[in-house]
Amino acid sequence: MLLIECPWCGLRDQSEFTAHGEAHIARPDTPGELDEQEWGDYVFFRKNPKGLHYERWVHSHGCRRWFNAVRDTVTDHIHATYRPGDGQPDLSDEEPDQPS
Amino acid sequence: MGIVIYAYFGYFLSHRTKNPPPTPFILHHPYERPSICVRMKRYSIFSLARNALNYHQGWQKAWRSPDPKREYEVVIVGGGGHGLATAYYLARECGIRDVAVVEKGWLGGGNTGRNTTIVRSNYLWDESAGIYEHAMKLWEGLSGELNYNVMFSQRGLLHLAHSVHDLQEIGRRGNAIYLNGIDSEFVTPEQVREMVPFINLNCRYPILGALLQRRGGTARHDAVAWGYARAADDLGVDILQNCEVTGFRIEDNTVTGVETSRGPIRAKKVGCVVAGHCSVLAEMAGFRLPIESFPLQALVSEPVKPILDCVVMSGSIHAYISQSDKGELVIGAGSDAYLSYSQRGGFDVIEDTVGPVLELYPIFSRLKMLRQWGGIVDVTVDRSPLISKTPVRNLFFNCGWGTGGFKATPGSGNVFAHSIARGEMHPIAAPFSIDRFNTGALIDEGAAAAVAH
Ligand SMILES: Cc1cc2nc3c(=O)[nH]c(=O)nc-3n(C[C@H](O)[C@H](O)[C@H](O)COP(=O)(O)OP(=O)(O)OC[C@H]3O[C@@H](n4cnc5c(N)ncnc54)[C@H](O)[C@@H]3O)c2cc1C
Ligand SMILES: [Zn+2]
Repeated sequence: MLLIECPWCGLRDQSEFTAHGEAHIARPDTPGELDEQEWGDYVFFRKNPKGLHYERWVHSHGCRRWFNAVRDTVTDHIHATYRPGDGQPDLSDEEPDQPS
Repeated sequence: MGIVIYAYFGYFLSHRTKNPPPTPFILHHPYERPSICVRMKRYSIFSLARNALNYHQGWQKAWRSPDPKREYEVVIVGGGGHGLATAYYLARECGIRDVAVVEKGWLGGGNTGRNTTIVRSNYLWDESAGIYEHAMKLWEGLSGELNYNVMFSQRGLLHLAHSVHDLQEIGRRGNAIYLNGIDSEFVTPEQVREMVPFINLNCRYPILGALLQRRGGTARHDAVAWGYARAADDLGVDILQNCEVTGFRIEDNTVTGVETSRGPIRAKKVGCVVAGHCSVLAEMAGFRLPIESFPLQALVSEPVKPILDCVVMSGSIHAYISQSDKGELVIGAGSDAYLSYSQRGGFDVIEDTVGPVLELYPIFSRLKMLRQWGGIVDVTVDRSPLISKTPVRNLFFNCGWGTGGFKATPGSGNVFAHSIARGEMHPIAAPFSIDRFNTGALIDEGAAAAVAH
């Protein structure tokens, strides 16, 4: 089980949170003009990376607010959490995790 | 009586050893044949007796371990059950024997060797009935066809209903299955008790009824991988273990081969069957999939005497249980609620599984759990697989089986082989194309497959 740092409440147990998948997917400005290829890609297709994943979480059993996290999906190490609207943190200097 | 004698002597013969051979420190299966082509000797009661006389020192290796050739007609990436079955049917039914299976670890080391081995074909939609029942029919003759005992056991499979909603779900699904000509019966709580005398019918999750598929059951997962590998090898397929695909060669939007940790291999066609890692391979080829990968866990107890002779599944409270022939209770847990490739899984998921299991079967409360593990499952939004062409010509993907693809192994490999050979999707595979997430023709098996195995 993970410990997750809510940007508002601090470090809490994972059981208080719900994961909601890939972050920073912008809703198209003009949905009516998309063809089925573009609309399907927006709704269903995901990066699903083995490595750093920018993802959304909600503190469901706490402050109920949404935030973003950067987690390594090989080790589950959370490198950073940040509020929506804050830019993606730059993690280029971080050493890659060694998988267990 | 005959069976008893056979069973007794069969056990005696197959366990007769003098000095066990030293544990070989090799990464391959210990029974590999040398690379030169020696025809496979068939397994039978006579070969068992003959080898017992020789203290089991004389068994032929089950498959060769050749070096990769420079080029194959078809390369299959992924040596799980589905990949090996694909190679076997390519060689057996499609006349394509110039095939390699490229596996980064050892055969069956992915989800094939990590699953709870439940086999059934009672899905809701016609497309699903098509593929899962195709698989079931192949299972029914598989041990004979492969000359390898995959221990397929049609011991019957119950889906419990704990609420009015559950009853409606099994009602709708049970009738749909029946209309597709697949066996499916509704049973009362009393009938459930007859099959599982120690079940607690009136617990926190009362049992209001169940859906029974008598032809459902289990099979031995490793044996499925090994049986297909041995039979494919015998037809000339090269099985390359410890060989990781690290990239694709793509010219003019057409795949021409793979880069591997053992050097480049050219191929006219490539079939990718890597389960949880399908998005990783898709990224190498330059496209994305409608898939997310999650850890899914299972656990087994210490072995006990026979107590449970069917499979009992309970979707809404997430408790799946059966007893292996070794006597262990095999329990399927849930998947973690966040994307991950950490082949491990959270402890809270185990707790959420064991709680309901003990509520239904208080008799198991003092059993010790021996092992727990996780596999990375490739989950689509509609809980149906992808068996499909891709944006790259001659590159085919078979994935998205998620938490429940073991049961489909023979059928999936069979239709995938025919699709690769023909260059056009087999009619049973066609509805499972990646395109459906763009056209909207989803095959929504959420209720029947979402958490069930
Ligand atoms: C805990 C658990 C319980 C389950 N229970 C059931 C059940 O009861 N019934 C059921 O029907 N299904 C069940 N499933 C699902 C089932 O196990 C899978 O759907 C099925 O085994 C997938 O088979 P496969 O051959 O496609 O994949 P795998 O067996 O995972 O094979 C894929 C192979 O690809 C290899 N690979 C990956 N990347 C590369 C690369 N770059 N190069 C070369 N090789 C690579 C992997 O090493 C692996 O061996 C369960 C799964 C889990 C994890
Ligand atoms: Zn909070």
